[in-house]
Amino acid sequence: MPPDARIRSPMKFGVVVFPGSNCDHDAFWAVSQNLNAEAEFIWHDSHKLPAVDAVILPGGFSYGDYLRCGAIAKFSPVMQAIKDFAANGGLVAGICNGFQILTECGLLPGALVRNQGLKFVCRPVELEIASVNSPFTNAGTKGAHVTFPIAHGEGCYTADEQTLNELEAEDRVLFRYIDNPNGSMRNIAGICNAGRNVLGMMPHPERVTEPLMGSSDGLVVFRSLISAFAAK
Amino acid sequence: MLNITPELLATHKLNASEYDKIVSLLGRTPSITELGIFSVMWSEHCSYKSSRVHLKKLPTKSKYVLLGPGENAGIIDIGGGYGVAFKIESHNHPSFIEPFQGAATGVGGILRDIFTMGARPIAVMDAIRFGPLGDPQYGKRNKRIFEGVVSGISHYGNCFGVPTVGGETSFHPGYNGNPLVNVFALGVVKADEVFLGRAEGVGNPVIYVGAKTGKDGIHGATMASDEFTEESKQHRPNVQMGDPFMEKLLLEACLEAMQTGAIEGIQDMGAAGLTCSTSEMGSRAGTGMDVELMKVPQRESDMTAYEIMLSESQERMLLVAKLGREQEVFDVFKKWGLDAAVVGVVTGDGILRIRHKGELVAEIPNRALADEAPIYNRPYTVPQRNVPMEGPEFKSVDLAADLHAMLASDNLCSKRWIWEQYDYTVRTNTIAGPGYDAAIVRVKETGTSVAMALDGNGRYCYLSPREGAKLMVAEACRNVSTVGALPIAATNNLNFGNPERPEIMAQLVEAIEGMSEACEFFETPITGGNVSLYNETLGEGILPSPVLGIVGLMKTEAPVKNTFPKAGLDVVLLGGIGSTDLIHFGGTEYANTILKSLWGMPPALDMAQEKKIQTAIRQIVGEGLAESSHDVSDGGLAVALAECSFGGVGCDVELVSDLRPEFTLFHEGPSRILVSTSQVEKVMKLGKEVGVEVTRIGSTIEERFVVKGLLDLTLSELRRTWETALEIKLHA
Repeated sequence: MPPDARIRSPMKFGVVVFPGSNCDHDAFWAVSQNLNAEAEFIWHDSHKLPAVDAVILPGGFSYGDYLRCGAIAKFSPVMQAIKDFAANGGLVAGICNGFQILTECGLLPGALVRNQGLKFVCRPVELEIASVNSPFTNAGTKGAHVTFPIAHGEGCYTADEQTLNELEAEDRVLFRYIDNPNGSMRNIAGICNAGRNVLGMMPHPERVTEPLMGSSDGLVVFRSLISAFAAK
Repeated sequence: MLNITPELLATHKLNASEYDKIVSLLGRTPSITELGIFSVMWSEHCSYKSSRVHLKKLPTKSKYVLLGPGENAGIIDIGGGYGVAFKIESHNHPSFIEPFQGAATGVGGILRDIFTMGARPIAVMDAIRFGPLGDPQYGKRNKRIFEGVVSGISHYGNCFGVPTVGGETSFHPGYNGNPLVNVFALGVVKADEVFLGRAEGVGNPVIYVGAKTGKDGIHGATMASDEFTEESKQHRPNVQMGDPFMEKLLLEACLEAMQTGAIEGIQDMGAAGLTCSTSEMGSRAGTGMDVELMKVPQRESDMTAYEIMLSESQERMLLVAKLGREQEVFDVFKKWGLDAAVVGVVTGDGILRIRHKGELVAEIPNRALADEAPIYNRPYTVPQRNVPMEGPEFKSVDLAADLHAMLASDNLCSKRWIWEQYDYTVRTNTIAGPGYDAAIVRVKETGTSVAMALDGNGRYCYLSPREGAKLMVAEACRNVSTVGALPIAATNNLNFGNPERPEIMAQLVEAIEGMSEACEFFETPITGGNVSLYNETLGEGILPSPVLGIVGLMKTEAPVKNTFPKAGLDVVLLGGIGSTDLIHFGGTEYANTILKSLWGMPPALDMAQEKKIQTAIRQIVGEGLAESSHDVSDGGLAVALAECSFGGVGCDVELVSDLRPEFTLFHEGPSRILVSTSQVEKVMKLGKEVGVEVTRIGSTIEERFVVKGLLDLTLSELRRTWETALEIKLHA
């Protein structure tokens, strides 16, 4: 049973702030107000993470997304700390630009390239929860549909055949688009790493975490994290 | 000494009498830097010299207005100790020359106007106007400009992280040579932590922050005060380059620095760059400034004083810090990786002194630049109009085909292609986004919400600037009321042609007077705005195009839909079928799209009736009686009913009227709102109490779109026409 969001969770989230992050406040609001968990911002030049139980890499345009989306962020001090955190089993969720950063720094395979339509797309998209075997989806139902917004220009997930086959064979595709908005291979919207503790997804669960946002579908990701943490 | 030739004055757009005034104010011949400074500060764009005497007619005060015109943006009280700062500004000229950067920097400029007040921007809207996409002569260029403008707005707003929640787009051949890009922004500020652009405190350091100064955008303000000619492309270097990432850093750094308490005053460097910020901050506070340009962070090594003062490089701010607390400001900007440098000091003598490598290159009383700018009460006659009062004889051969054609028209087709390129949900405050009559954005700090809408109709204003302006105010207020909000304040963007032509000046004057009358009546004072004149290319002026941005207040709750949510509801028309005659039909979309003609007068407006309708709909929505609510505007009742049906549920209505079918379906008489409801008696009763006509015209049904005796259509086909038209045109 998913924990009640109104009961204060003992779990603490860290939300990374890169210069150019612009969904940092949204992620912070989602977990602190709508999940009733503790949250703290983490500045990009931190060499050491504060005592947090999960890290969110938010959306935005880190370092202006110059060169390539996420390409500069991977050299920031905080990413080294996050790599160590992930290597020790820490929970890391990269959303949108956060996903791009995670692929750039090798914590997740593949790459996010320009949308097939060559344009920025902002719209609610229907997703299938493709696997509940992860700390990011365990509160959901396999095969269930949820609707999260996307807002990106470079969200077309791309990887070589072998990687795609591996992702599927290892049940690491967590979210799939029902009506592919950006040309992502095999309709992939979100994946996790082999250790299942690092998530990357282009759609924004934090933007649908209360009825006033139009839906609370996105809570499934954060409730799953709280369940996973409680089960630890 | 500078050799002043007529050519030199002409390139600075200064006339002989203006030059004589400069000489008498200075008591000597100006230096080239001084001439440049006067030319931008006295440009139409910065000085409002042709509009100022008329702008004074606008109402600017109410119990909600915390700060009216004169600062970087107006501020209204939204309760709970908070205010919202908002303003609209044009970037028309740059967007014609370089659509992508022109539009992008238009967004950047207005965002800085908002956060310089200490307000965090939470919403942007755009009113954009282009020549028709299918124009036989200019269609290709119009498409290029249109796509460039949309991607420029998308690029800047999305990266900065502010949602673009609404706006409006329209097309007319009058914009073939001169598109309009008006950007509205709104931000939230603590009512007692508002920052002003004032250089207070003699001896305080003047600090430059943000991007380095380059040679881009020099004389942008002067360019924006001129007509276009064949040579205008050569002005491309006058268009600035925007960097939304830099702007985002500047936003965060400025808001953080303001929290230190070390900042006395702050102003963005927009039009006329360093010139405008130094002189305006001084003149507002009655102080002067002594500035050394060598200390200004520069992108290039060989810039002259003239270039540094006139550069319009983007993403820069000027601030005055408290003496001795500079370091606190530096620390914040260093954290965000931005340049910050002390470039001067506030002085007590009211004189702007500019030095370059120690040499005094300009010494001008601030008063001379700001208060002594020329003011012209330009002659005006009757507004230009080259169309007849009487309309042509016409009879529709196929009303269904007409409706399809209208829904596929540039002006009425779905604008999804545009707004899906804008991030409209970032910041998670967007309760109603693009596609609604008005956008609704919640304010997390207060627990209340703000509704906003942009409106304007160039054809109406061409037929009658005065009536067109009133209709614009009425519709903007109606849009905000339709979602349940109380309209309380406005910002205006006055886009007109060359004011030196008396028939164009007359358009401006009448539009301002009409707007003034309506804003007074609807109790929506103008708290700021922008005037953009000389919107002409090769002597062809645009349609007179005032644009109004309205802001309203409401409680935070799920929005009422603007489409029918389910079958089996009653469809009710507030305000009734209305009336028209041939003369008042000449400005409609039907006349424009189907008859390809323009004549007569805009629809007749009864402001008292309009106010009642707005009161009624706010109550109906506020009491939860409406399942959907949508106003009748461009395209008339048939188009409004179709729009209500595009959520997937149609309607079956009967329109009882003495009017001919074309008028019944397509006239644009104002003061009408469509509501679907399951509590029709209550809606009727409420309407009666308020004194408005409420007519039950039919019910919502699945799959069909029926107006008895006139139209019986398959909804999905109608919807497809509307949804796909814009992309079909773009790819044609």
